This record gives sequence, structure tokens and C-alpha cells, in this order.
Amino acid sequence: MDLIGLFNYWVFIVLMMSGFYLLLSARNLVKKIIGVNLFQTSVFVFYISTANVTGGAVPIHDEGIEVYSNPLPHVLILTAIVVGVASTALGLSLILRIKAEYGTIEEDEVDAQDVLS
Amino acid sequence: MIEQHAIILVVVIPLLAAPLCVLLGRGALAWGAATAAVWSSFGLALYLLDRTLDEGVQRYMLGGWQAPVGIEYRLDVPGAFVMTLVTAIGAVVLPYSWTSVRKEIDDHRHHWFYACLLLCFAGLLGITVTGDAFNLFVFLEISSLSTYVLVSMGRDRRALTASFRYLLLGTLGATFYLIGIGFMYLMTGTLNMEDLAVRLAGPGPDGVTPVVDTTTIRAALAFLSVGVSIKMALFPLHVWLPNVYAYAPSVVSAFLSATATKVAILVLLRVFYTVDGKAIAFESLPLADTLVPLAIGGAVVASFVAIYQRDVKRLLAYSSIAQVGYMVVGIGLATQLGLAAGLLHLFNHALMKGALFLAIGCIVYRVGQTRFELLRGVGRQMPLTSAAIVIGGLSLVGVPLTAGFVSKWALLDAVLEDGRWVTASFILLSSLLSVVYVGQLVHVLLIRRRPKDAEPVREAPLWLVVPTLVLAAANLWFGVVDSTPSEISRTAAEALLQEMQQ
Repeated sequence: MDLIGLFNYWVFIVLMMSGFYLLLSARNLVKKIIGVNLFQTSVFVFYISTANVTGGAVPIHDEGIEVYSNPLPHVLILTAIVVGVASTALGLSLILRIKAEYGTIEEDEVDAQDVLS
Repeated sequence: MIEQHAIILVVVIPLLAAPLCVLLGRGALAWGAATAAVWSSFGLALYLLDRTLDEGVQRYMLGGWQAPVGIEYRLDVPGAFVMTLVTAIGAVVLPYSWTSVRKEIDDHRHHWFYACLLLCFAGLLGITVTGDAFNLFVFLEISSLSTYVLVSMGRDRRALTASFRYLLLGTLGATFYLIGIGFMYLMTGTLNMEDLAVRLAGPGPDGVTPVVDTTTIRAALAFLSVGVSIKMALFPLHVWLPNVYAYAPSVVSAFLSATATKVAILVLLRVFYTVDGKAIAFESLPLADTLVPLAIGGAVVASFVAIYQRDVKRLLAYSSIAQVGYMVVGIGLATQLGLAAGLLHLFNHALMKGALFLAIGCIVYRVGQTRFELLRGVGRQMPLTSAAIVIGGLSLVGVPLTAGFVSKWALLDAVLEDGRWVTASFILLSSLLSVVYVGQLVHVLLIRRRPKDAEPVREAPLWLVVPTLVLAAANLWFGVVDSTPSEISRTAAEALLQEMQQ
């Protein structure tokens, strides 16, 4: 198996699984958001890696260049990054309001308060 | 000009009206702008549905770029059907929101509320028209992000945690969808759904096996199915739904329960039927044998859980999970009858759940609570609201003369035609369970007496009651008089199966 050639994809899988694990296992709400972020970023890495064309140049038109990398995934990921930023911002602002209402950002303590009320 | 650009206008009008709402600020102006935008979308959607039924698929090239290079908007019969449903529900919910929102949400947040509602609306409509797989992801996120904000505006602080959990799972689902699309793009080099379908059927890298039979595309399908299943709350990926419906403001519960999961089901149809035909999803993968048991299991389990709920909104939320199960059974069968039944139930369920959640909103307006022990006998003092609840409940159970009966009958017919006796018996079992929970609801509201020391309640204001009764009456109208939805759903099923064979 071509370990070096697939290096980017290994990074993608490791990042994705770490993010996914963090999202499911962390009890702290901010850590959960970090997990989601890691998960989303791994997908960005994946898309950008698929854009690479062997021997291709940066997709900016110039004389004397025959082969360019595929610019489309870059553009798609630009949109996906915006979506990622928006969901992170929304998540963090929700955490701020949860902190104001419950006085804690630990999931167990929040749940405990809900059971009591 | 409007005829030519109608497809894009349906989406663009609410999208542009959203920032306008924020600029208009407090009070009636924002509400007026939102209502005008939603009603004009509704008019355009009716016009487009008519045109799609007459002339077939409608196409629109964004910015004049030809597909597959540019983004193509492509409205087929299933898309137009769901679009009409979403806009119709919006058109009923907005007049209702005027009174309900003033009661449930602080004054300084009203214009933000309408802006988010319009964004959510525009996102859902965008999903129904787009013919581009990545564009669909963008619209999915527009609608989801605004939904999280809408849910967090609920009065109870648990709305915040419900919204946060929905945000985590929703983002996860959307990212799964993104990975799936990435795999498909990697194999085919295109994002246009029709073009994807053509290229997936073509020869793969080794020149012999078609692209659909490669492991990459199978992995892509796995990611896409799981991602979309989270969005539509298919059992066992439904955990986010009960709290979201229970703690969101009344208007939002009604709008979401009637539209959001329905549009997610349309995405599932796009993935399985429009993008990659029957060959992979239903022949070489045992999709029917995994989706149908999961869906029917979900229907039974969720109905069972609904019986033990002591909060009206949570009860209805669990019943929604059960009903999503019915729709997916129809879709998973992959027969024309099954698809038509699934789509018809999608339409009818939006009518009944919309009516029920709006009626509960009327009760919340007067009582301020949704727990059973505080609602005893309330229905006796609110006759019109209870009429809507009874009609909606009967339709939910599937009693003859209601819309729910028509679609459940069609579903049973489709299941039996496929020879699945076990599934059919489980559908009946789940219906019996729904008799129990609807019975409990009616018992608490109408048969129990109001405690002596409780404050007397009056019928809700007309602004709330009229939209509720309109939706309740639609349940009877489409159950007895008008069979247009069944005809459209049959045409839609035909169109989807044809797309698959091309």
C-alpha cells in the first residue's frame, strides 16, 4: 500500500475520527464544539487533497503552464468553511447563554439541574 | 419575466426579505414583510406546481451558465409537491405567528425571529429546487443554522440545551453528507445530480465495472444515508427531536414538524433515486431490507414511548418520529405504490401535525404550560381548539374520512402488494398504539374536569384559532372531497422511477 502517497487521506481519517470521538465523549460543551470543528476541518483537508493534480500548478492562469490543479474543490471548501465558522459561532453563543442560565458548561451538571426542575 | 424566473424567485424573495425584516425593526413591519414574502412564494409555488404537472421538469440555469458547469435549478414533480407543501404551511403559520410570537418572545427579538424564520423557509425551498448536490448542502445548512436560532428562542431554558444538541448532531449529519458528496465528486468529477446519475452508470477506472459498483461509491452512499437520516430523525438517529419540538416556541414547533423532516425525506429521495438509480441502492445493496425494518421498528418503539409522555408537545414529537417511520417504509419498498404512499403520507402528516401543534400553541397562549396535570379539562373551555385537536388526532390515528386514513390505506396496500405481511402487521400495531396516545390527549383535555381552584380559561384569539382550523379542515377536505394530493403523489412516484431508469 502506498503509505506516503496517501498521506493526506490518512491525516483526514485520523483528524475525522479524533473529532468524532471528542464530540461523543467530551462532557464539556466547549470541548464538544472543538470536536465538531476538528471533524469539519478534516473534511476540508480531504476535499483540498482531492484537488491535487500530479505536476499541476496553482490554478492561476499564467503563460507557459500546461497543467493546473483542480480549482473547484477549493471554491467548494471556501463555502464549507463559512458554514463551519457560522456553526461554531452559533454553538459558542449558545454555550454563553447556557452558562448564564445554568451557571455551568459541564453537560452532567446541566442535566442534573434539568432533572431537579 | 416572472414566468421565466419563477423558480429562482420562490427562493430569492424570502432570502432577501430576511435582512429586510431586520432593517424594518420592531413591530408589525417585520411581520408584514415576512408574511408578504411567504405568501408570494406560496403563489409562485402553486403556479410552478401547475406548470410542472403540465409541462414536466422545469429548468433554470443560474447566471445563464449551462449545466453541468453552472448550477442548475431543476424542479420535478416531487420537488414541486414538497415545495407547495412547505409554502402552504408557511402561509398558514405566519398569520398565526403575529399573536403567538408577541406572547412567547421578547419584543426586542421579534424582527430577528422573523428574519430567521424566513431564512429557514428559503433554505427548505432551496433544497426542493436545486439540481446541484453541493448547492443542496449549502441550503441544508442555511435552514439548519436558522432552525437552531429559532429553537433557542423558546421560553424554557431547556430550549438552549435542546438547540445545542441539535446543533451538534445536525452539523454532524450535514458533514456526513458533505463527505458523501466528496466521494462522489472524486469518482465522477461532477456535482450536477443528473450528470452524476449518467456518469455513475458509466464505466469505472478499470473500464469494465460501472462506477456505481466501486467501494468508494458504496462508502459515499453510507455517509449520505446516515447524514440524511440524522436530519430526518429516522429511528435510531432521532434523539435530538423530542426536546427540540417540546421547548421551541409554538410557531416553530408547528412549522418544523410540518416541513423540516419532510424536506429531509426529499433529500433521501434525491440521493437514492435521482442521483444513483435503483441498481446500486436497491439491487446490489440490501437497502430495502435495512431501511424498512428500521423504519417500522422506529414507528412501533416511538409510538410506545409516546404513550408514556406526560407533556403534550413531547407526546406529539414522539408521534412524529413514528410517522417518519411510515414514510420511510413507503420509500424503502422502492415500488411505485410504495413511493406514492410515502409521498402522500408526507403531505398528510404535515397537515395533521401542523394542525395539532398550532392547536397546542392556542392552549399555550391561554395556559402557558404543556404538562398534562395543568391541562385537565382545558378543552371544555376552548371548544374550537379542541375541535382542531380531535380532528388532527383522528387523522393521526387514520380514522376513515380523514386525510390520515387515505395515506395509511395506500401504505398498507403498497406493503401488502410487496408481500410483506410482517411489516403490515407492525403498521397496524403502531396505529393501535397511536389510538392509545391520542386517546390520552383527548381524555386529559376534554373528559377530565378542570380543578375547582384553577383559573378559568377562554377560547384563544381568532388570529390563532382561524389558521388552526384551516389546517384541521384541510385534514377533512383531503380525506373526503379532494384527491388531488394522491394523484400528484402518484405522478411524482412515476417521475422518480423514470429518472432512475434513464
